[in-house]
Amino acid sequence: MEASRSDEPVLEVRGLVKHFPLTTGILFKKQVGAVRAVDGIDLKLYKGETLGLVGESGCGKSTTARLLMRLDEPTEGQIFFHGEDIAALSGKAFKAVRRNIQIVLQDPYSSLNPRMTVGDIVGEPFQIHKDVAPKGSRLKKVQELLEVVGLNPEHINRYPHQFSGGQRQRIGIARGLALRPEIIVCDEPVSALDVSVQAQVINLFEKLQDELGLSYIFIAHDLSVVRHISDRVSVMYLGKVVETGDEEQIYERPSHPYTQALLSAVPVPDPTLRGHRDQIMLQGDVPSPANPPSGCRFRTRCWKVQDICSVEEPELMLHDGLDHPSACHFAAVRQVIETHDVS
Amino acid sequence: MTQDTIDTTADNAWRRRDPGAAVLEVENLHVEFRTRDGVAKAVNGVTFDLQPGETLAILGESGSGKSVTAQAIMGILDTPPGYVTQGSVRFRGTDLLTLPEKERRRYRGEKIAMIFQDALSSLNPVYSVGFQIGEMFRVHRGASRADAKIKAIELMDRVHIPAARQRVNDFPHQFSGGMRQRIMIAIALSLDPDIIIADEPTTALDVTVQAQVMQLLADLQAESKMGLILITHDLGVVADVADKISVMYAGSLIEQAPSLDLYANPAHPYTERLLAAIPRVDLKGQELYTIKGIPPNLTDIPAGCAFHPRCPYAQPICSEKVPPLEDVSGDRRSACHFWKEVLDGSLQIR
Repeated sequence: MEASRSDEPVLEVRGLVKHFPLTTGILFKKQVGAVRAVDGIDLKLYKGETLGLVGESGCGKSTTARLLMRLDEPTEGQIFFHGEDIAALSGKAFKAVRRNIQIVLQDPYSSLNPRMTVGDIVGEPFQIHKDVAPKGSRLKKVQELLEVVGLNPEHINRYPHQFSGGQRQRIGIARGLALRPEIIVCDEPVSALDVSVQAQVINLFEKLQDELGLSYIFIAHDLSVVRHISDRVSVMYLGKVVETGDEEQIYERPSHPYTQALLSAVPVPDPTLRGHRDQIMLQGDVPSPANPPSGCRFRTRCWKVQDICSVEEPELMLHDGLDHPSACHFAAVRQVIETHDVS
Repeated sequence: MTQDTIDTTADNAWRRRDPGAAVLEVENLHVEFRTRDGVAKAVNGVTFDLQPGETLAILGESGSGKSVTAQAIMGILDTPPGYVTQGSVRFRGTDLLTLPEKERRRYRGEKIAMIFQDALSSLNPVYSVGFQIGEMFRVHRGASRADAKIKAIELMDRVHIPAARQRVNDFPHQFSGGMRQRIMIAIALSLDPDIIIADEPTTALDVTVQAQVMQLLADLQAESKMGLILITHDLGVVADVADKISVMYAGSLIEQAPSLDLYANPAHPYTERLLAAIPRVDLKGQELYTIKGIPPNLTDIPAGCAFHPRCPYAQPICSEKVPPLEDVSGDRRSACHFWKEVLDGSLQIR
């Protein structure tokens, strides 16, 4: 699906940084360091498109989601919504902007209050943003929302525990849709679901995007799901974006060693490919974001590492002969998965 | 699906083996959980065997009974509420289910070992990893503490934990997720078992670490010729390692086949729909099919074929008669009234 791209991004992030302080002492706290969860990232999201954010645990993708929602305050950086820096807003002006950016969380079990009925959960945004729906029309609006996400509107008085995991995720999506936002940040929205149910929810996301013109930031560790749903993809490693491009560029022409390793490690449900795939086996684990390696953060696990990698941090930039930005001194295309077009 | 030609020479050495040589034979296993809300029939007549050196994947979604099957084989079912009501689990001919607990214990760890999904909660946080690996030798072999520690270091080396000698006294929380799973594997390997049961061993891990752990398991298996039962919901992981696959749905085995056959041409609508419902990283512009509805509640499994309310091909007979697990060919079985039609693709989606 090709996004109809206007020139102006709906959401733009510049130099976003979030450091969580590490302290010692009980009474007299002293900062001894910081977990550099997000360490200077730039993102652009256009109208009607899906930006996939992938990476392993600890790479900062969920922190990015929280920063975009301003559930956490960024340490540095700017977040522009239609050109307006929302990181600096407060009070009424901020509340008005926030209406337009909503979130769907990973775990449909813990993200819904077990003591509230579905109607209360989905209708709660209307209590905060009273101007969106006048009091009398709220019940009807909630029922409409339930119908949009494929739930029975008559179940409005039921409680979350009476629903299955997939249905609960639909409740979370209905809540995210309530205020008619322009952007929905989806933080691992299908990873807690069973395989047979996952496809239902993915297709629902796509249907809603087509009908409502939503823009998604889609955060996931599952690269297959991200490929399926995203127009563009940014790959994160230890708080940095290491490669960014459209779906085809990232999956068919990856140029950063980390992207290549990540793609090669994704299991493909096809036993005929066994032994015929380009397998890059990385050594070791992701280093701690409290103490990231100097220079390129991936150098401790990289097979291309040279002296320069520990000294100079590679910038996310366009290299000669490549068609999308990559943050590697030795960026070069290596096709690790053979793509078949089945559209 | 994109595959046209199937390489039948690869990975099917197990077909040529003598069927009498199975290390493990599970026959007509039934497990139920007696709860306040009724009896949940978690496993309903599961039959399979495992040959030496073979990898069998038990594939299913949550609530399909795959983990309960593993627990029943290991004899670690929580009783109550779980009870094995029927069936046999034979290890080299000995029915484990009829053995007294004391004898049974000798098989656990020694002959059949298990790896769990969540390594952090499976390891004891207050003992060092070396102590926990060494425990196997102390308890089962009567080794001294010093000897057990030496063995522990050897095993940590074998599962490629760097600087094993320095880290043997570290505690589980000092290791990363992937390293903890390696420690679990080391414990499982310690007594050189004939079978390892791995219950979702990589589900909690990142993809690059998952690849490392699966590679390690494959290497160890090649070295020691042990049988591996891999319990998972991930069709991708299974495709990479399994020789044969048993698919479970609502406590029953619905299809059994060599991996290549199962992926190339599934003989049960559930398997077929499941394969069409997962996004693949190597496909562009893929349309995802959905399976309507949700897996059934085990206290109230639908009559007839358990999958019929969700099946796009369901006919009246499907809600009336339980389909038996029939032979499709020498090494394939399917529990669908219409497996022939599923195989040749002649059924119409309703």
